[in-house]
Amino acid sequence: MYPEYMQESIKKVEKTRPKRLEIARKYGKKVFDAMGEKEREDVLNTYHPDYKADALKELRIGPNKGEKLINEVVNILEAYPRNLSATFDLSKVDYETDVLVIGAGSAGLSAALEAARLDVKTMLVTKLRLGDSNSMMAQGGIQAADQEDDNPRLHYLDVIGGGHFDNKPELVEALVMDGPKSIKWLEELGVMFDKKEDGSMMVKPGGGTCRNRMHSTRDYTGAGICRVLRDEVQNKPDKIDILEYTAATELIMDDKGQVAGAILYHIELKEYFIVKAKSVIMATGGFGRLHIRNFETTNHYGATADGLVMGYRAGANLLFMDSVQYHPTGAVFPEQIVGFLCTEKIRGLGAQPVNYDGELFVFPLEPRDVEASAFICECENGRGVTTPSGLKGIWLDSPLIEELSGEGTIEKNLPAMLRQFQRFDIDIRKYPMLVYPTLHYQNGGLEINEKTETSIPGLYVAGESSGGVHGRNRLMGNSQLDIIVFGRRSGIFAAKRVKKGVQLGKLTLEHVDNYAKEVEKLGIDKSQVSPMILPDYIPDHVKAKQLTTNYYGTLF
Amino acid sequence: MAEKQKMIKVYLTGELFEVPEGSTIMMALEYAGFQLKQGVGCREGYCGACATVYREKGDYKLKGGLACQTVVSEGMAITQIPSVPAEKPIYDLNDLTPDVGTFTKLFPSVFRCVSCNSCTKACPQDIEVMDYIQAIIRGDLAKAADISFDCIRCGLCAMRCPAEIVQYNNATLARRLYGKYLAKKSPELEKRLEEIKSGKYDKEIKELKEMPHDELSKIYYKREIKIS
Repeated sequence: MYPEYMQESIKKVEKTRPKRLEIARKYGKKVFDAMGEKEREDVLNTYHPDYKADALKELRIGPNKGEKLINEVVNILEAYPRNLSATFDLSKVDYETDVLVIGAGSAGLSAALEAARLDVKTMLVTKLRLGDSNSMMAQGGIQAADQEDDNPRLHYLDVIGGGHFDNKPELVEALVMDGPKSIKWLEELGVMFDKKEDGSMMVKPGGGTCRNRMHSTRDYTGAGICRVLRDEVQNKPDKIDILEYTAATELIMDDKGQVAGAILYHIELKEYFIVKAKSVIMATGGFGRLHIRNFETTNHYGATADGLVMGYRAGANLLFMDSVQYHPTGAVFPEQIVGFLCTEKIRGLGAQPVNYDGELFVFPLEPRDVEASAFICECENGRGVTTPSGLKGIWLDSPLIEELSGEGTIEKNLPAMLRQFQRFDIDIRKYPMLVYPTLHYQNGGLEINEKTETSIPGLYVAGESSGGVHGRNRLMGNSQLDIIVFGRRSGIFAAKRVKKGVQLGKLTLEHVDNYAKEVEKLGIDKSQVSPMILPDYIPDHVKAKQLTTNYYGTLF
Repeated sequence: MAEKQKMIKVYLTGELFEVPEGSTIMMALEYAGFQLKQGVGCREGYCGACATVYREKGDYKLKGGLACQTVVSEGMAITQIPSVPAEKPIYDLNDLTPDVGTFTKLFPSVFRCVSCNSCTKACPQDIEVMDYIQAIIRGDLAKAADISFDCIRCGLCAMRCPAEIVQYNNATLARRLYGKYLAKKSPELEKRLEEIKSGKYDKEIKELKEMPHDELSKIYYKREIKIS
């Protein structure tokens, strides 16, 4: 429950609620004027963390050399690899496959299913369990322009406007045109979308959408999809080989400049394996666990951007790694759930963000970067609420939802949220939620085209580890669509390449050796090693005494 | 966690550690010095990786919970269950019918349910597990799908079941059968698929793709927002 001293602010929220309710009843979701181009620019420039002078630094190595990227991303790219030619005999191959999929979130699972459908030998590797991913944690929804008053053109506009017009047009086209088809594919696999009595989809708006376009499976949308894909992959043991607790630590090339497999590391056995593959799909997800600018994150334990590092060392280009998505509504109270996601669907259902005095200060459904910046503005100007541990937040007035749509709406539509807060004695039907932006999504990544190809023959990328689809800011519900659309495309195009005939040459790690030499030339400290594989939350006083702390690059 | 935390004693897999009060079980494990590899996943209560059993001091009951969602207490004894051995039959959804007969073939053990409710008591999501198992036995897959919807497959139900049923795999199949065969189809989706196939939107998407930034920006900021 909220501490006594917060009650003063909660009372103010309750006092302004009837008035705000009246506005919502009269104007629907348009309870506050949406910002124009100039206002968006202003609030982003002043308050968004990416726009701070010290957010970026110059990268001194690889294809994007000379560009300014997020500090923490530069740090993992300007780091030493673990696997050099000298320590591996690449003539002794442990596994051979046609298509290797790295990562088993919804993008990787979709890729594996499509590759297997095209009858090529498929291997799916994941450093944790099958399905362990940010995909599984998505709550709010998946966009697709299938409604009468909507169309792919409007979806296109929303995506590219939300992304500051930086998105690659051919990727936006693929995303929106494949939208309805993706929903159909998922439904045929048995995903249970929220529907009305007549079978039509229950759709809600999201930040930056001009129509109700958000399909959902309650507030377990990611799980609703990912657990079905996982079950389907498990039903194909004759077609898809699965390796769990097995991280990829480096890509293997051949002497013709093609990607030819990967070095795998079993995190329990502490054993390396070599897999030879004719095509490789990188579906490793994003970078939330890098805790950029010390932000808390909504991300899965495994979200350490390993794919970026591996792909970059192999020579693939990065796009938009100067931008980070902070989700406007991360929990800041209670302490145990700081940084956890409070889905955008809460606002989609009518909850309003209000400040210490209970005042509504922004259109609740701006694109995420704009909305998050508006929240930070309130907090930095003394209009936020301070928690016992010193964090600041603004209120998300969830009780409005049931005032607007009747008792039971929250239990029916937001069961995960209700449960999450109830575990800590807060009933979000009666009390607002205290929120602040939290590190949520990697907008950019390894550059792909509409076939998910990179500049490296044989290397495909799908999902959060790819760059270009969302420009510099993704809208709610478009990542769930992205991982299905481009996950499937990657499986299809990687399999087709194999079927056309791929002749692999001699396997090599020369690209890694060369990269290591470049890192050394920069004078980087030997303790800087990547990919990270898993984050480390062991406290410093214990860490200092652990054996693994005293050897560079050891994995656990 | 603030620096001057009050410390409490807990048993992690039998071994005594001092950890900060207010920690979740997962925080306590990491504070003690364990680099988690199994029994950890999303850390937010969505993935079911961190199923854990525990006894609280002075209480005879063996309880189950998620390590990322359960706060430790003085004297608590904790053991994680990173994996549950479970039967997972292989099936092709296209060959199945959405009825009880499918379960007779694929999950005959479900009929061994003795209605003891141990599964329901074990569920960290507070799902009425026994009710959905009974719904499956009655052939009411719609109900089973609805009740089991929030299942995160942590496996604690199956660990407590005296009839050795693997509830969550039954539930997964029930939901998939419902989603594929029993949920009413969306008429507008079918219509839109036809339209896209016929090329209805190709021209306007091509125009947008080729449009200069200024013009595109103008159209974007002027687009009508019709949300409810």
